[in-house]
Amino acid sequence: MYRYDEFDAAFVRDRVAQFSAQVQRRLAGALTEDEFKPLRLQNGVYLQLHAYMLRIAIPYGTLSARQLRQLALIGERFDRSYGHFTTRQNLQFNWIQLKDVPEILSLLADVEMHAIQTSGNCIRNVTADQFAGVAADEIEDPRPVAELIRQWSTAHPEFSFLPRKFKIAVTGAAEDRAAVAVHDIGLRIVRHPETGETGYAVLVGGGLGRTPMVGKWVRDFLPKPHLLAYLEALMRVYNAEGRRDNKYKARVKILVHEIGIEAFRARVEAEFAQLDPQRIQADAAEVARIERYFAPPAYQVLPDNPPAFLRARAANPEFDRWVAQNGFPHKVPGYQAVTLSLKGIGEAPGDISSAGMRLVADLAERHSQGEIRVTHAQNLVLPDVRQDELFDLWQALAAGGLATANAGLITDIIACPGLDYCALATARSIPIAQALATRFAAPARQQEIGPLAIKISGCINACGHHHVGHIGILGLEKRGEESYQITLGGDAGNASTIGEILGPGLGADEVPDAIERLVAVYLAHRQPGELFVDSVRRLGIQPFKTAFNAEIRHDAA
Amino acid sequence: MSSAKLPPLPAILIANDLLTGDTVFFSGHGWTRHPGEALLAESEAASLRLEAAGQEAMRRNLVVDAYLVDVVLSEGGIPVPRHFRERFRLLGPTIRPDLGKQAEFPGLAAQAGRTR
Amino acid sequence: MTLLDRHGFRPDPFRRLPAAEIAGHPAVILPLAEVQSGLLVRAAGQRIGIDIANTLTAEEAVPLANQVDLIAIAFPGFADGRGFTLGRRLRRAGFRGILRAVGPLIPDQFAYALACGFDEVELPDAVAARQSEAAWLADLAIYRHSYQRDYARGQNILEARREARNGGAA
Repeated sequence: MYRYDEFDAAFVRDRVAQFSAQVQRRLAGALTEDEFKPLRLQNGVYLQLHAYMLRIAIPYGTLSARQLRQLALIGERFDRSYGHFTTRQNLQFNWIQLKDVPEILSLLADVEMHAIQTSGNCIRNVTADQFAGVAADEIEDPRPVAELIRQWSTAHPEFSFLPRKFKIAVTGAAEDRAAVAVHDIGLRIVRHPETGETGYAVLVGGGLGRTPMVGKWVRDFLPKPHLLAYLEALMRVYNAEGRRDNKYKARVKILVHEIGIEAFRARVEAEFAQLDPQRIQADAAEVARIERYFAPPAYQVLPDNPPAFLRARAANPEFDRWVAQNGFPHKVPGYQAVTLSLKGIGEAPGDISSAGMRLVADLAERHSQGEIRVTHAQNLVLPDVRQDELFDLWQALAAGGLATANAGLITDIIACPGLDYCALATARSIPIAQALATRFAAPARQQEIGPLAIKISGCINACGHHHVGHIGILGLEKRGEESYQITLGGDAGNASTIGEILGPGLGADEVPDAIERLVAVYLAHRQPGELFVDSVRRLGIQPFKTAFNAEIRHDAA
Repeated sequence: MSSAKLPPLPAILIANDLLTGDTVFFSGHGWTRHPGEALLAESEAASLRLEAAGQEAMRRNLVVDAYLVDVVLSEGGIPVPRHFRERFRLLGPTIRPDLGKQAEFPGLAAQAGRTR
Repeated sequence: MTLLDRHGFRPDPFRRLPAAEIAGHPAVILPLAEVQSGLLVRAAGQRIGIDIANTLTAEEAVPLANQVDLIAIAFPGFADGRGFTLGRRLRRAGFRGILRAVGPLIPDQFAYALACGFDEVELPDAVAARQSEAAWLADLAIYRHSYQRDYARGQNILEARREARNGGAA
């Protein structure tokens, strides 16, 4: 993985010093709260319901064992000994005091981490496929370009006071696991159909929130050396022309929607034509320097599916189920990537204790080259595990409560912190996730239902990505009560789709039964091998809508 | 200052401590972390005094985001906000009874009449 | 209003005047609508600047740029970053005069403003009273290096790495 050189290290130290001084100026009254707020947000500090929250960047979801141990330590020393992984591959601490933030940032700098631009109206943490570098369906590892963008976007003099936040995601694989179509910019690494050279297909104007939109293609093929100049041109058009009169219409998706993708493309190309890519892009030697950090580790030559591994699977049905459900094919024979579910039944999705972090760090060192990935589904991944070590790994994880075999299943629920923590939320998310996971807990039932993504947001900002859940749940306030709006048929993958609203909002206690009814329609009508979301596509929304509305208490509606 | 924006009575003044971020309540002579010590405004004039105290504390960089919240006094003597958002704020995360004021102040949840 | 450049607070040599009243003043700033009439009566050596909104497009601003000595771009609020882009576009178009940011910027934006091509900042007095000269100058010294190429900033990390590489190879 990437390692800081002297310049990166100096930069994060300087940033810590800057924020310390900003806190002092706030306390002295030199900075008003209105002036301080964007500065603290650009350092990941929110004021939530009970305390400050600190959002730490895990760039493109790659984390070392050493870094995870440091997060465990910070959790113990400054928080309540746990953290929360988010849908943008960040980690949040919920009980932070402002006076401690400079010291925490300093501890992060010690392990080459930071909280820079994890919030605010700037270019946010760049996200990527959690299986980058190990996926068999990958054209190219997306992390070197994500790192290049991370550096380029850090403390950008022109683009640090944008109309609104700006999120970039990158994937290098055939299957989009980074939800690039619902980002302000989505980059797909593609091969040029004639030359075979790799470059980028660029999507713009995707996003969830109040006005969910799927991104539109703005460039089919961008040569690699043009990337930063092209991004500069695109950001410049957005900074100059994005709306600033209404924060709900300030994202680039609204600009693209209002002027049309053709006009937007023309403006970006006109700006780009005036730039000299060579003066903006990192030179080839610098790009190569970054790429070297992501060179594959020294894999051993191993047989695929060694006999001991197969025997362990045959002898232990639970282990077998975990491998089948949470395993992900590795490009190298004899290895496997594996998802560590942070969705234990009844747990808060994405939460992990400091003790759990240490366990994962130890196991990553023992079994996965010391590397951990964070997924946008709020789970962790060990990317490089030998198949003949999987059984040992599984036993150690099971002892620590981290071997739940539900990756991608109905209990692998994405949920934002909601009104249990978040000042923006309109309703709680986590208790809904807990109730659903408990309802569908039986492993055989989960297996029978198969892959089904439930995503829950506690407000219209959609941090829980409810619009792209196969089943989406949005918590709102209705007449002084929490009310939950259910959507169906969303998809975050290659066929990005925004879900449709099924009917009136439900009370929290009605949600599990309503989801049961939707699942029942699927089980009754599916064709052999057909996934939930594919059944919804084939059948249309109507049969689900009918079942959904059959038993709704209309007094609540 | 317009009384049109004042919440229904009775009301308390809630804010976050600037330095720690803790949810705090105005007690009449300072800020307290215990909701049972919050000063209850039972008249429009008292609400206006609370609101002014909030403005002053923000001006002096002691707290942020100070505003009035309408409450019902529980049988245990705790001013319990009418809105669920502020109720969660008063006690702590509903999913973690081991954290927040509900854990810090034994008996608070019972006094506030919370049932999960 | 208080004027500030990379050396600190300093007196403003420019005065804001309508075009009809500029005679006898060595340096004046005109409203955009009066710039043509002002230029017609400009005396030899007289310096003329203009006030423009941050919503003016570069296409509209560029023809003016080569006729004036100073362009003052309004920042209606510190969080409105359009002026950074407009300043940058004017510099790219070849404007070599003084570029001034006018509005309630905060010290934490000073290095950014200079990097985008601004020379100076004109602050409301209330902001200047709260934000010390030292805080503004400190912002210029916080980062030893920055990541972006092609901005008017001191040490660039990509260039420094290149030098280190070349030095190492030699």
